[in-house]
Amino acid sequence: MATSDAIVIPQPHGMSLRNRRLLIHSAIFITLIVLWEFGSRIGWLDPLFYPRPTNILRSFWLIYFANGNIWFHLYATLGLVFAGFIAGSILGVGLGALVGFQPLVRRFIKPYVIVLEATPRIAVAPLLIAALGFGAPSKIAIIMLVCFFAPFINTLSGVVNVDEDRLELFQSLGASKMQVLRKLVLPDAIPVIMAGERLALTAALSGALVAEFIQRDQGIGSLILIYTRNLNMASAFACIFTLTIIGFLIFRGMEWLDQRIAFWKSEAGMARVGAKRAQAFGGAHV
Amino acid sequence: MNSQATLNIQNADLVVQGSNVGKTFGGGSVVALEGADFQVEKGQFVSLVGPSGCGKSTLLRLIAGLIDGTSGELSVHGRRVTGPHTDVGMMFQKATLLDWRTSIENVLLPTEISGTITSADRKRAAELLDLVGLKDFMFAFPSQLSGGMQQRVALARLLQSGADVLLLDEPFGALDEFTREHLNTELMRIVGEVGATALFVTHNIAEAIFLADKVFVMTARPGRITQIVDVPFERPRPLSIQTSPEFNTLVAQVRDVLGEVH
Repeated sequence: MATSDAIVIPQPHGMSLRNRRLLIHSAIFITLIVLWEFGSRIGWLDPLFYPRPTNILRSFWLIYFANGNIWFHLYATLGLVFAGFIAGSILGVGLGALVGFQPLVRRFIKPYVIVLEATPRIAVAPLLIAALGFGAPSKIAIIMLVCFFAPFINTLSGVVNVDEDRLELFQSLGASKMQVLRKLVLPDAIPVIMAGERLALTAALSGALVAEFIQRDQGIGSLILIYTRNLNMASAFACIFTLTIIGFLIFRGMEWLDQRIAFWKSEAGMARVGAKRAQAFGGAHV
Repeated sequence: MNSQATLNIQNADLVVQGSNVGKTFGGGSVVALEGADFQVEKGQFVSLVGPSGCGKSTLLRLIAGLIDGTSGELSVHGRRVTGPHTDVGMMFQKATLLDWRTSIENVLLPTEISGTITSADRKRAAELLDLVGLKDFMFAFPSQLSGGMQQRVALARLLQSGADVLLLDEPFGALDEFTREHLNTELMRIVGEVGATALFVTHNIAEAIFLADKVFVMTARPGRITQIVDVPFERPRPLSIQTSPEFNTLVAQVRDVLGEVH
Protein backbone atom coordinates (compact mmCIF):
# COMPACT_ATOMS: atom_id res chain seq x y z
CA MET A 1 0.00 0.00 0.00
CA ALA A 2 1.23 3.45 -0.85
CA THR A 3 0.48 4.82 2.61
CA SER A 4 2.53 2.28 4.52
CA ASP A 5 5.35 2.67 2.01
CA ALA A 6 5.59 6.31 3.02
CA ILE A 7 6.41 5.30 6.60
CA VAL A 8 9.23 3.02 5.56
CA ILE A 9 10.91 5.46 3.20
CA PRO A 10 13.46 7.03 5.55
CA GLN A 11 13.82 10.64 4.40
CA PRO A 12 11.80 11.95 1.46
CA HIS A 13 13.58 15.02 0.20
CA GLY A 14 12.25 18.41 1.29
CA MET A 15 9.71 17.04 3.77
CA SER A 16 9.54 18.87 7.09
CA LEU A 17 9.19 17.10 10.43
CA ARG A 18 5.69 18.42 10.73
CA ASN A 19 4.57 17.07 7.38
CA ARG A 20 6.13 13.72 8.14
CA ARG A 21 4.26 13.50 11.45
CA LEU A 22 1.05 14.44 9.68
CA LEU A 23 1.65 11.71 7.14
CA ILE A 24 2.26 9.10 9.84
CA HIS A 25 -0.88 10.17 11.71
CA SER A 26 -3.01 9.91 8.58
CA ALA A 27 -1.48 6.54 7.77
CA ILE A 28 -2.38 5.17 11.20
CA PHE A 29 -5.89 6.63 11.03
CA ILE A 30 -6.58 5.29 7.56
CA THR A 31 -5.23 1.87 8.52
CA LEU A 32 -7.59 1.73 11.53
CA ILE A 33 -10.59 2.76 9.44
CA VAL A 34 -9.72 0.24 6.72
CA LEU A 35 -9.31 -2.50 9.35
CA TRP A 36 -12.67 -1.58 10.84
CA GLU A 37 -14.37 -1.56 7.44
CA PHE A 38 -12.96 -4.94 6.41
CA GLY A 39 -13.32 -6.46 9.85
CA SER A 40 -16.98 -5.66 9.64
CA ARG A 41 -17.30 -6.98 6.08
CA ILE A 42 -15.62 -10.35 6.69
CA GLY A 43 -17.33 -10.87 10.04
CA TRP A 44 -14.60 -10.21 12.63
CA LEU A 45 -16.78 -7.47 14.04
CA ASP A 46 -20.52 -7.91 14.48
CA PRO A 47 -21.93 -5.38 11.98
CA LEU A 48 -24.98 -4.97 14.22
CA PHE A 49 -22.97 -3.35 16.99
CA TYR A 50 -19.99 -2.09 15.02
CA PRO A 51 -21.41 -0.63 11.82
CA ARG A 52 -19.00 -0.09 8.93
CA PRO A 53 -17.42 3.34 8.59
CA THR A 54 -19.00 3.63 5.15
CA ASN A 55 -22.43 3.00 6.69
CA ILE A 56 -21.76 5.64 9.36
CA LEU A 57 -20.81 8.09 6.62
CA ARG A 58 -24.04 7.28 4.81
CA SER A 59 -25.97 7.89 8.06
CA PHE A 60 -24.27 11.27 8.39
CA TRP A 61 -25.51 12.09 4.93
CA LEU A 62 -29.00 10.88 5.78
CA ILE A 63 -29.53 12.62 9.12
CA TYR A 64 -27.87 15.88 8.07
CA PHE A 65 -28.95 16.29 4.45
CA ALA A 66 -31.29 13.67 2.96
CA ASN A 67 -33.67 13.58 5.94
CA GLY A 68 -32.19 16.48 7.86
CA ASN A 69 -33.83 15.21 11.04
CA ILE A 70 -30.83 15.86 13.32
CA TRP A 71 -30.97 19.66 13.13
CA PHE A 72 -34.01 19.99 15.34
CA HIS A 73 -32.38 17.82 18.01
CA LEU A 74 -29.01 19.50 17.60
CA TYR A 75 -30.51 22.91 18.26
CA ALA A 76 -32.48 21.56 21.21
CA THR A 77 -29.33 20.12 22.82
CA LEU A 78 -27.15 23.16 22.12
CA GLY A 79 -29.82 25.52 23.42
CA LEU A 80 -30.05 23.48 26.57
CA VAL A 81 -26.27 23.32 27.04
CA PHE A 82 -25.80 27.06 26.72
CA ALA A 83 -28.84 28.04 28.80
CA GLY A 84 -27.82 25.69 31.60
CA PHE A 85 -24.15 26.62 31.35
CA ILE A 86 -24.76 30.35 31.48
CA ALA A 87 -27.24 30.10 34.36
CA GLY A 88 -25.07 27.62 36.28
CA SER A 89 -21.82 29.51 35.87
CA ILE A 90 -23.35 32.88 36.73
CA LEU A 91 -24.68 31.29 39.88
CA GLY A 92 -21.32 29.62 40.57
CA VAL A 93 -19.16 32.72 40.01
CA GLY A 94 -21.62 34.94 41.88
CA LEU A 95 -21.89 32.69 44.92
CA GLY A 96 -18.15 31.98 44.85
CA ALA A 97 -17.33 35.70 44.94
CA LEU A 98 -19.96 36.35 47.61
CA VAL A 99 -18.69 33.58 49.86
CA GLY A 100 -15.08 34.58 49.20
CA PHE A 101 -15.66 38.08 50.51
CA GLN A 102 -17.56 37.05 53.63
CA PRO A 103 -15.12 35.54 56.11
CA LEU A 104 -17.99 34.43 58.34
CA VAL A 105 -19.91 32.65 55.57
CA ARG A 106 -16.67 31.16 54.33
CA ARG A 107 -15.96 29.55 57.66
CA PHE A 108 -19.34 27.86 57.93
CA ILE A 109 -19.88 26.86 54.32
CA LYS A 110 -16.96 24.45 54.12
CA PRO A 111 -18.74 21.26 55.34
CA TYR A 112 -21.50 21.82 52.77
CA VAL A 113 -18.96 22.29 50.01
CA ILE A 114 -17.30 19.01 51.00
CA VAL A 115 -20.64 17.15 51.04
CA LEU A 116 -21.58 18.63 47.66
CA GLU A 117 -18.18 17.74 46.24
CA ALA A 118 -18.41 14.12 47.41
CA THR A 119 -21.94 13.57 46.05
CA PRO A 120 -22.22 12.72 42.33
CA ARG A 121 -24.35 15.66 41.21
CA ILE A 122 -26.04 13.64 38.48
CA ALA A 123 -27.67 11.40 41.14
CA VAL A 124 -29.93 14.31 42.04
CA ALA A 125 -31.31 14.52 38.48
CA PRO A 126 -34.41 12.31 39.06
CA LEU A 127 -35.31 14.38 42.13
CA LEU A 128 -35.12 17.57 40.09
CA ILE A 129 -37.46 16.07 37.50
CA ALA A 130 -39.84 15.04 40.26
CA ALA A 131 -39.77 18.57 41.65
CA LEU A 132 -39.90 20.53 38.40
CA GLY A 133 -41.72 18.09 36.11
CA PHE A 134 -40.77 17.05 32.58
CA GLY A 135 -39.64 19.76 30.18
CA ALA A 136 -37.02 22.43 29.78
CA PRO A 137 -36.91 23.76 33.39
CA SER A 138 -35.86 20.45 34.94
CA LYS A 139 -33.36 19.81 32.13
CA ILE A 140 -31.78 23.22 32.62
CA ALA A 141 -31.76 22.63 36.37
CA ILE A 142 -29.81 19.38 35.87
CA ILE A 143 -27.24 21.14 33.70
CA MET A 144 -26.97 24.01 36.18
CA LEU A 145 -26.33 21.47 38.91
CA VAL A 146 -23.47 19.75 37.05
CA CYS A 147 -21.79 22.95 35.90
CA PHE A 148 -22.24 25.06 39.01
CA PHE A 149 -19.51 23.53 41.07
CA ALA A 150 -16.29 24.18 39.14
CA PRO A 151 -16.89 27.93 38.65
CA PHE A 152 -18.03 28.19 42.27
CA ILE A 153 -15.00 26.54 43.83
CA ASN A 154 -12.54 28.21 41.45
CA THR A 155 -13.97 31.68 41.99
CA LEU A 156 -13.92 31.09 45.74
CA SER A 157 -10.28 30.01 45.76
CA GLY A 158 -9.28 32.71 43.29
CA VAL A 159 -10.79 35.41 45.49
CA VAL A 160 -9.44 33.99 48.75
CA ASN A 161 -5.88 33.37 47.53
CA VAL A 162 -5.03 36.99 46.81
CA ASP A 163 -1.31 37.75 47.02
CA GLU A 164 -0.46 39.30 50.42
CA ASP A 165 2.34 41.50 49.09
CA ARG A 166 0.12 43.03 46.43
CA LEU A 167 -2.57 43.59 49.03
CA GLU A 168 0.00 45.43 51.17
CA LEU A 169 0.94 47.53 48.14
CA PHE A 170 -2.70 48.54 47.62
CA GLN A 171 -3.04 49.38 51.31
CA SER A 172 0.08 51.52 51.28
CA LEU A 173 -1.37 53.40 48.29
CA GLY A 174 -4.52 54.07 50.31
CA ALA A 175 -6.85 52.01 48.09
CA SER A 176 -10.50 51.59 49.08
CA LYS A 177 -12.07 48.15 49.50
CA MET A 178 -13.88 48.56 46.19
CA GLN A 179 -10.63 49.47 44.42
CA VAL A 180 -8.90 46.42 45.90
CA LEU A 181 -11.76 44.29 44.61
CA ARG A 182 -11.98 45.78 41.12
CA LYS A 183 -8.32 46.41 40.40
CA LEU A 184 -6.67 43.52 42.23
CA VAL A 185 -8.83 40.63 43.44
CA LEU A 186 -11.13 40.10 40.44
CA PRO A 187 -8.55 40.46 37.64
CA ASP A 188 -6.20 38.23 39.62
CA ALA A 189 -8.89 35.55 39.89
CA ILE A 190 -9.86 35.61 36.19
CA PRO A 191 -7.53 32.84 34.93
CA VAL A 192 -8.70 30.46 37.67
CA ILE A 193 -12.34 31.36 37.02
CA MET A 194 -11.86 30.70 33.31
CA ALA A 195 -10.38 27.27 34.09
CA GLY A 196 -13.54 26.54 36.07
CA GLU A 197 -15.71 27.68 33.17
CA ARG A 198 -13.93 25.28 30.83
CA LEU A 199 -14.70 22.35 33.08
CA ALA A 200 -18.27 23.57 33.46
CA LEU A 201 -19.01 23.75 29.75
CA THR A 202 -17.74 20.21 29.19
CA ALA A 203 -19.85 19.05 32.14
CA ALA A 204 -22.85 20.92 30.70
CA LEU A 205 -22.75 18.77 27.56
CA SER A 206 -22.74 15.56 29.60
CA GLY A 207 -25.49 16.97 31.82
CA ALA A 208 -27.66 17.74 28.79
CA LEU A 209 -27.26 14.17 27.52
CA VAL A 210 -28.24 12.68 30.87
CA ALA A 211 -31.27 14.97 31.03
CA GLU A 212 -32.27 13.87 27.52
CA PHE A 213 -31.67 10.20 28.29
CA ILE A 214 -34.12 10.50 31.19
CA GLN A 215 -36.75 12.57 29.44
CA ARG A 216 -36.45 11.13 25.90
CA ASP A 217 -38.50 13.80 24.18
CA GLN A 218 -35.95 15.72 22.08
CA GLY A 219 -32.24 16.39 21.69
CA ILE A 220 -29.24 14.36 20.58
CA GLY A 221 -29.45 12.26 23.74
CA SER A 222 -32.95 11.03 22.98
CA LEU A 223 -32.05 10.58 19.31
CA ILE A 224 -29.21 8.22 20.30
CA LEU A 225 -31.68 6.30 22.49
CA ILE A 226 -34.19 5.98 19.65
CA TYR A 227 -31.59 4.85 17.11
CA THR A 228 -30.09 2.25 19.42
CA ARG A 229 -33.52 0.90 20.30
CA ASN A 230 -34.20 0.48 16.56
CA LEU A 231 -30.77 -1.16 16.15
CA ASN A 232 -29.79 1.62 13.76
CA MET A 233 -26.26 1.73 15.14
CA ALA A 234 -24.79 3.58 12.17
CA SER A 235 -27.03 6.57 12.87
CA ALA A 236 -26.33 6.32 16.62
CA PHE A 237 -22.62 6.47 15.81
CA ALA A 238 -23.21 9.47 13.55
CA CYS A 239 -24.88 11.17 16.56
CA ILE A 240 -22.00 10.25 18.85
CA PHE A 241 -19.43 11.62 16.41
CA THR A 242 -21.53 14.76 16.17
CA LEU A 243 -21.06 15.10 19.93
CA THR A 244 -17.33 14.53 19.49
CA ILE A 245 -17.23 17.43 17.08
CA ILE A 246 -19.30 19.62 19.41
CA GLY A 247 -17.04 18.69 22.32
CA PHE A 248 -13.99 19.60 20.28
CA LEU A 249 -15.50 22.90 19.16
CA ILE A 250 -16.45 23.72 22.75
CA PHE A 251 -12.88 23.01 23.85
CA ARG A 252 -11.44 25.16 21.10
CA GLY A 253 -13.98 27.91 21.66
CA MET A 254 -13.20 28.07 25.37
CA GLU A 255 -9.49 28.10 24.60
CA TRP A 256 -10.03 31.04 22.29
CA LEU A 257 -12.17 32.86 24.86
CA ASP A 258 -9.63 32.13 27.58
CA GLN A 259 -6.90 33.69 25.49
CA ARG A 260 -9.08 36.75 24.90
CA ILE A 261 -10.02 37.25 28.54
CA ALA A 262 -6.92 36.00 30.41
CA PHE A 263 -4.68 37.39 27.68
CA TRP A 264 -1.66 37.85 29.96
CA LYS A 265 -1.25 34.10 30.29
CA SER A 266 -0.10 33.62 26.70
CA GLU A 267 2.59 35.24 24.55
CA ALA A 268 0.16 35.74 21.66
CA GLY A 269 -2.41 37.37 23.94
CA MET A 270 0.15 39.76 25.43
CA ALA A 271 1.50 40.71 22.00
CA ARG A 272 -2.03 41.48 20.74
CA VAL A 273 -3.22 43.47 23.76
CA GLY A 274 0.15 45.19 24.23
CA ALA A 275 0.04 46.52 20.67
CA LYS A 276 -3.54 47.68 21.11
CA ARG A 277 -2.77 49.50 24.36
CA ALA A 278 0.30 51.15 22.85
CA GLN A 279 -1.94 52.51 20.13
CA ALA A 280 -4.59 53.71 22.58
CA PHE A 281 -1.92 55.36 24.70
CA GLY A 282 -0.46 57.16 21.71
CA GLY A 283 -3.93 58.50 20.93
CA ALA A 284 -4.51 59.68 24.49
CA HIS A 285 -1.05 61.17 24.71
CA VAL A 286 -1.14 63.44 21.66
CA MET B 1 14.94 84.17 69.23
CA ASN B 2 17.81 83.44 66.92
CA SER B 3 18.41 79.94 68.24
CA GLN B 4 14.68 79.20 67.94
CA ALA B 5 14.77 80.00 64.21
CA THR B 6 17.79 77.78 63.65
CA LEU B 7 16.02 74.94 65.39
CA ASN B 8 13.00 75.29 63.08
CA ILE B 9 15.15 75.16 59.98
CA GLN B 10 16.78 72.05 61.33
CA ASN B 11 13.39 70.48 61.92
CA ALA B 12 12.27 71.27 58.39
CA ASP B 13 15.28 69.40 57.07
CA LEU B 14 14.49 66.36 59.17
CA VAL B 15 12.24 64.05 57.18
CA VAL B 16 12.02 61.01 59.44
CA GLN B 17 12.46 61.21 63.19
CA GLY B 18 12.23 58.40 65.72
CA SER B 19 12.78 58.49 69.44
CA ASN B 20 12.72 55.36 71.55
CA VAL B 21 10.68 53.55 68.90
CA GLY B 22 9.80 49.98 69.89
CA LYS B 23 7.64 47.16 68.62
CA THR B 24 6.73 43.92 70.37
CA PHE B 25 4.67 41.05 68.99
CA GLY B 26 2.63 38.41 70.77
CA GLY B 27 1.62 40.63 73.68
CA GLY B 28 5.20 41.64 74.51
CA SER B 29 6.77 38.20 74.34
CA VAL B 30 8.74 38.91 71.14
CA VAL B 31 10.73 42.16 71.01
CA ALA B 32 11.17 42.99 67.32
CA LEU B 33 12.60 46.46 67.88
CA GLU B 34 13.69 48.34 70.97
CA GLY B 35 14.63 51.92 71.73
CA ALA B 36 15.37 53.10 68.20
CA ASP B 37 16.60 56.74 68.19
CA PHE B 38 17.38 58.16 64.77
CA GLN B 39 16.98 61.07 62.37
CA VAL B 40 16.98 61.11 58.59
CA GLU B 41 17.55 64.39 56.80
CA LYS B 42 16.00 65.45 53.52
CA GLY B 43 17.67 63.85 50.51
CA GLN B 44 19.70 61.49 52.66
CA PHE B 45 20.26 57.87 51.73
CA VAL B 46 20.23 55.61 54.79
CA SER B 47 21.06 51.90 54.78
CA LEU B 48 19.77 49.55 57.47
CA VAL B 49 22.09 46.59 57.77
CA GLY B 50 22.01 43.63 60.13
CA PRO B 51 21.24 39.93 60.50
CA SER B 52 17.71 38.59 60.21
CA GLY B 53 15.65 39.37 63.29
CA CYS B 54 17.37 42.71 63.93
CA GLY B 55 14.14 44.60 63.28
CA LYS B 56 15.14 46.34 60.04
CA SER B 57 12.01 45.33 58.15
CA THR B 58 9.91 46.10 61.23
CA LEU B 59 11.35 49.62 61.37
CA LEU B 60 10.53 50.14 57.68
CA ARG B 61 6.95 48.93 58.14
CA LEU B 62 6.55 51.23 61.14
CA ILE B 63 7.67 54.24 59.09
CA ALA B 64 5.33 53.17 56.26
CA GLY B 65 2.46 53.09 58.76
CA LEU B 66 1.63 49.50 57.86
CA ILE B 67 2.01 48.46 61.52
CA ASP B 68 1.67 50.44 64.76
CA GLY B 69 4.55 50.87 67.19
CA THR B 70 4.18 49.78 70.81
CA SER B 71 6.35 52.53 72.24
CA GLY B 72 8.15 55.76 71.39
CA GLU B 73 7.53 58.57 68.94
CA LEU B 74 7.81 58.32 65.17
CA SER B 75 7.16 61.14 62.71
CA VAL B 76 7.51 61.77 58.98
CA HIS B 77 7.68 65.40 57.78
CA GLY B 78 6.96 66.42 61.36
CA ARG B 79 3.66 64.52 61.53
CA ARG B 80 3.11 61.51 63.74
CA VAL B 81 2.73 58.28 61.78
CA THR B 82 -0.74 56.82 62.34
CA GLY B 83 -1.29 54.83 59.14
CA PRO B 84 -0.27 54.56 55.47
CA HIS B 85 0.29 57.96 53.86
CA THR B 86 1.22 59.12 50.38
CA ASP B 87 4.51 60.84 51.38
CA VAL B 88 5.97 57.42 51.97
CA GLY B 89 6.24 54.60 49.45
CA MET B 90 7.54 51.08 49.79
CA MET B 91 9.33 48.69 47.50
CA PHE B 92 9.73 45.00 48.28
CA GLN B 93 11.88 42.08 47.23
CA LYS B 94 8.98 41.00 45.00
CA ALA B 95 8.09 43.54 42.33
CA THR B 96 4.34 43.06 43.09
CA LEU B 97 3.37 44.21 39.61
CA LEU B 98 -0.09 43.45 38.23
CA ASP B 99 0.36 40.81 35.51
CA TRP B 100 -2.55 42.09 33.41
CA ARG B 101 -1.15 45.60 33.10
CA THR B 102 1.61 46.90 30.84
CA SER B 103 4.61 48.63 32.43
CA ILE B 104 3.12 52.08 32.02
CA GLU B 105 -0.25 50.99 33.36
CA ASN B 106 1.52 49.54 36.39
CA VAL B 107 3.38 52.81 36.90
CA LEU B 108 0.07 54.70 36.69
CA LEU B 109 -1.59 52.53 39.37
CA PRO B 110 -0.90 54.93 42.29
CA THR B 111 -2.38 57.84 40.31
CA GLU B 112 -5.40 55.75 39.35
CA ILE B 113 -6.05 54.86 42.98
CA SER B 114 -5.84 58.42 44.23
CA GLY B 115 -7.95 59.93 41.43
CA THR B 116 -8.22 60.23 37.68
CA ILE B 117 -5.31 60.05 35.26
CA THR B 118 -4.54 63.22 33.32
CA SER B 119 -2.32 63.50 30.26
CA ALA B 120 0.31 65.10 32.51
CA ASP B 121 0.32 61.92 34.62
CA ARG B 122 0.81 59.84 31.49
CA LYS B 123 3.68 62.02 30.40
CA ARG B 124 5.28 61.78 33.84
CA ALA B 125 4.88 57.98 33.87
CA ALA B 126 6.55 57.73 30.46
CA GLU B 127 9.39 59.97 31.69
CA LEU B 128 9.86 57.82 34.79
CA LEU B 129 10.06 54.66 32.69
CA ASP B 130 12.66 56.44 30.60
CA LEU B 131 14.51 57.39 33.81
CA VAL B 132 14.70 53.75 34.92
CA GLY B 133 15.85 52.73 31.43
CA LEU B 134 12.67 51.04 30.21
CA LYS B 135 11.64 53.41 27.44
CA ASP B 136 11.31 50.55 24.97
CA PHE B 137 9.29 48.37 27.33
CA MET B 138 6.41 50.73 28.17
CA PHE B 139 3.83 48.36 26.73
CA ALA B 140 5.37 45.07 27.80
CA PHE B 141 3.61 42.93 30.39
CA PRO B 142 5.47 41.89 33.58
CA SER B 143 5.94 38.29 32.48
CA GLN B 144 7.72 39.55 29.38
CA LEU B 145 10.31 41.34 31.56
CA SER B 146 13.31 39.98 33.46
CA GLY B 147 13.37 40.15 37.28
CA GLY B 148 15.60 43.22 37.19
CA MET B 149 13.34 45.01 34.71
CA GLN B 150 10.32 44.23 36.86
CA GLN B 151 12.01 45.92 39.80
CA ARG B 152 12.74 48.93 37.61
CA VAL B 153 9.02 49.19 36.83
CA ALA B 154 8.30 48.92 40.56
CA LEU B 155 10.76 51.75 41.21
CA ALA B 156 9.10 53.92 38.56
CA ARG B 157 5.72 53.17 40.13
CA LEU B 158 7.10 54.15 43.54
CA LEU B 159 8.32 57.49 42.13
CA GLN B 160 5.00 58.04 40.32
CA SER B 161 3.15 57.75 43.63
CA GLY B 162 4.65 61.11 44.56
CA ALA B 163 6.32 59.70 47.67
CA ASP B 164 9.48 61.54 48.61
CA VAL B 165 10.44 59.04 51.29
CA LEU B 166 11.36 55.74 49.68
CA LEU B 167 11.39 52.64 51.86
CA LEU B 168 13.30 49.90 50.07
CA ASP B 169 13.11 46.46 51.65
CA GLU B 170 15.87 44.45 49.96
CA PRO B 171 14.45 45.45 46.58
CA PHE B 172 17.11 43.65 44.54
CA GLY B 173 17.68 40.79 46.97
CA ALA B 174 16.21 38.15 44.68
CA LEU B 175 18.35 39.13 41.68
CA ASP B 176 21.76 37.85 40.64
CA GLU B 177 24.93 39.64 41.80
CA PHE B 178 25.64 41.49 38.53
CA THR B 179 22.11 42.73 38.03
CA ARG B 180 21.95 43.80 41.65
CA GLU B 181 25.18 45.77 41.46
CA HIS B 182 24.03 47.47 38.28
CA LEU B 183 20.61 48.32 39.71
CA ASN B 184 22.20 49.66 42.90
CA THR B 185 24.23 52.14 40.84
CA GLU B 186 21.09 53.05 38.92
CA LEU B 187 19.15 53.46 42.15
CA MET B 188 21.78 55.84 43.51
CA ARG B 189 21.59 57.93 40.33
CA ILE B 190 17.79 58.00 40.22
CA VAL B 191 17.30 58.78 43.91
CA GLY B 192 19.84 61.60 43.54
CA GLU B 193 18.11 62.96 40.43
CA VAL B 194 14.66 63.14 41.99
CA GLY B 195 16.06 64.33 45.34
CA ALA B 196 14.22 61.69 47.37
CA THR B 197 15.02 60.50 50.87
CA ALA B 198 15.66 56.76 51.00
CA LEU B 199 15.86 54.04 53.63
CA PHE B 200 17.34 50.87 52.23
CA VAL B 201 17.29 47.51 54.01
CA THR B 202 19.97 44.93 53.27
CA HIS B 203 22.08 42.28 54.94
CA ASN B 204 25.05 42.95 52.68
CA ILE B 205 27.54 45.23 54.46
CA ALA B 206 29.38 46.44 51.34
CA GLU B 207 26.11 47.20 49.57
CA ALA B 208 24.86 49.14 52.60
CA ILE B 209 27.96 51.34 52.71
CA PHE B 210 28.25 51.77 48.95
CA LEU B 211 24.75 53.25 48.67
CA ALA B 212 24.37 55.31 51.82
CA ASP B 213 25.27 58.57 53.53
CA LYS B 214 24.52 56.91 56.83
CA VAL B 215 24.43 53.26 57.85
CA PHE B 216 22.24 52.10 60.72
CA VAL B 217 23.98 49.01 62.01
CA MET B 218 21.34 46.82 63.65
CA THR B 219 21.65 43.76 65.85
CA ALA B 220 19.16 41.10 66.92
CA ARG B 221 17.64 39.82 70.19
CA PRO B 222 16.37 42.39 70.90
CA GLY B 223 16.31 44.23 67.56
CA ARG B 224 18.02 47.60 67.95
CA ILE B 225 20.11 50.22 66.18
CA THR B 226 23.53 49.52 67.72
CA GLN B 227 25.57 52.11 65.84
CA ILE B 228 25.12 54.78 63.21
CA VAL B 229 28.06 55.02 60.81
CA ASP B 230 28.59 58.07 58.59
CA VAL B 231 29.84 57.41 55.05
CA PRO B 232 31.96 60.39 53.91
CA PHE B 233 32.02 59.77 50.13
CA GLU B 234 30.15 61.97 47.65
CA ARG B 235 27.12 60.47 45.89
CA PRO B 236 26.79 59.21 43.19
CA ARG B 237 29.88 57.04 43.50
CA PRO B 238 31.63 54.72 41.07
CA LEU B 239 31.61 50.98 41.76
CA SER B 240 35.40 51.12 41.97
CA ILE B 241 35.18 52.96 45.29
CA GLN B 242 34.58 49.57 46.88
CA THR B 243 38.24 48.67 46.44
CA SER B 244 39.55 51.82 48.18
CA PRO B 245 41.16 51.48 51.65
CA GLU B 246 38.75 54.02 53.20
CA PHE B 247 35.78 51.98 52.02
CA ASN B 248 37.23 48.79 53.41
CA THR B 249 37.97 50.44 56.75
CA LEU B 250 34.26 51.25 56.98
CA VAL B 251 33.33 47.66 56.04
CA ALA B 252 35.62 46.38 58.80
CA GLN B 253 34.11 48.84 61.28
CA VAL B 254 30.55 47.67 60.55
CA ARG B 255 31.60 44.04 60.57
CA ASP B 256 33.15 44.57 64.02
CA VAL B 257 29.90 45.93 65.42
CA LEU B 258 27.92 43.04 63.94
CA GLY B 259 30.55 40.50 64.99
CA GLU B 260 30.49 41.47 68.68
CA VAL B 261 27.07 39.99 69.28
CA HIS B 262 27.47 36.85 67.20
